[in-house]
Amino acid sequence: MLRRLRAWGPGLLLISPSLIALAVFVYGFLGWNIRVSLSSWRGLLPAHDFVGLANYTALASDPRFMQYDVPNIAIFTVVFVAGSLVVGFVLALLLDRAEFGQHALRSLYLFPMAISFIATAIIWRWLMDNGGGESTTGLNKLLVDAGLGSLRSDWFKSSSRWAIAAIALPAGWSLSGYVMSLFLAGMRGVPEELREAARVDGASEPRVFWHVVRPMLLPVLMSAVVILAHISLKTFDLFYAMDQKNIKIDTPALYMWFTTFDGGFYARGAAIAALLLLGVATVIVPYIWYSVRAERVK
Amino acid sequence: MTAAPARGHGRIRSPWAPYTTTARYLALFALACLFILPVYALLVTALKLPAEVSVVRMWQWPHELSLDNFRIVWPKLRDGFGNSVAMALPASALSSLLGAANGFVLSKWRFPGADFAFALILFGMFIPYQAVLIPMFQTMSASGLRGGLSGLIMVHVIYGLPITTLIFRSYFAGISDELIEAARVDGAGMLRTFAFVALPIAPPAFAVAMIWQFTSAWNDFLFGVLLTNKDRWPITVALNNIAGSQAVPFNEAMASALLACLPTLAVYVVLGRFFLRGLMAGALKG
Repeated sequence: MLRRLRAWGPGLLLISPSLIALAVFVYGFLGWNIRVSLSSWRGLLPAHDFVGLANYTALASDPRFMQYDVPNIAIFTVVFVAGSLVVGFVLALLLDRAEFGQHALRSLYLFPMAISFIATAIIWRWLMDNGGGESTTGLNKLLVDAGLGSLRSDWFKSSSRWAIAAIALPAGWSLSGYVMSLFLAGMRGVPEELREAARVDGASEPRVFWHVVRPMLLPVLMSAVVILAHISLKTFDLFYAMDQKNIKIDTPALYMWFTTFDGGFYARGAAIAALLLLGVATVIVPYIWYSVRAERVK
Repeated sequence: MTAAPARGHGRIRSPWAPYTTTARYLALFALACLFILPVYALLVTALKLPAEVSVVRMWQWPHELSLDNFRIVWPKLRDGFGNSVAMALPASALSSLLGAANGFVLSKWRFPGADFAFALILFGMFIPYQAVLIPMFQTMSASGLRGGLSGLIMVHVIYGLPITTLIFRSYFAGISDELIEAARVDGAGMLRTFAFVALPIAPPAFAVAMIWQFTSAWNDFLFGVLLTNKDRWPITVALNNIAGSQAVPFNEAMASALLACLPTLAVYVVLGRFFLRGLMAGALKG
């Protein structure tokens, strides 16, 4: 026993500061947040009472949460995830066989990811300006000049329920290059001999892709969906910098911020945050479990 | 990633090949234009003379190039820029160093339950930060760490640990066990093996981890706005306050946004391949 302890003890000691820090800042804080969500804390002084699930049931009948935030984040997630997947996949497909200029093009599609969501929002807020007539500008101006005036849109300032879908444009601009990189890496991972064998059997290139490459891209697809979905749920700054007072693009992450730090409704904010955590954990925990296990089998 | 094997050998060229290649490049070029569009608007607006700037002429090439817009906004952004430099550099260095130690132990000096500990660490990378904000606000306020940069640095170091640990664990896993065993046989303890065998071969992993952490810390808004006072605002918070309303002149908004993303863009342009490897690690595919 002592010998074994001497063998792995130093290692455990070396990483213990990190483990303790994460135990407190991740698990301790998450737990404490759930505790706050079960209290009635409102205002400056924390309340340590226990009101059960009252904050959660209140949210269930809260119009801002149920009629705006939840449908909004659902619409945004679907449009953003599906859009980024399609664009990223098409880019990867086009680039995979492009022998000339591949590196430069790949860098070009990827660079928006290096730009902060705040700067992205500031640029795109002007691009998606909804002015009409003489003051038409941004994307609408381009559309009108291209003779596609009928496509002009009020974007995120639209009164439609789908206004938030416009935010998928800057979000997708930022992240579809990432999806492209994931798919490209996946396509590279398919051994050339496998493709060659199919070709020798007389398969055309599209058939080689469909029968040999496509099945091996499923894990990549799963990674991409999980990563995009969790980014979608937790993103705050993009919406905040875009138009923070616009209920049409309000999300649970924004409501949590405003109700907690502007309104002082700490318990309600904690309940919203706990629901976000639940949403993220349902996609992330199986994913981590699968990844760590798949690696061990290797 | 290993180099892709030579492609196209022994493939029967379809008679359509020249057309598909042309179509491929046309599509790639069109998409590239769409991706550049926002940056084009950003650049031409920021480089116009302030008098020439008008929202409705957003897409027009400047008559005369000018740096006046930057001269106007730089004094307002300078403090935020300095704060972000003073915060992001130590945050990324510290987080990477701790991540190196964790990655080394979790791949080469393993203890029972190391994989489970790793999974617990990894989860921290994906949590919605909203779910830690209230306790963080309380803790940092109570300990006097809220307001200045040290608290912000501490938070970035801690929440950066999952990804840096992942990057170094993947990196060290690719190093042969014999190297570590040889040091062990020579009687080197864990710390000596880490410091004199593992660290000297780890610069590539340091590049990946530090670039990734620098970019995340530089681009962060949520922790910055929660934990700092006005005089310690990082660049993102300063930017949002300067350019974050339609009342701000268009040219100033664009020039500020451009200044605020110059460092991460520079890192991306110069060290892009390390950035890409960080991305891949983020998908648990180190």
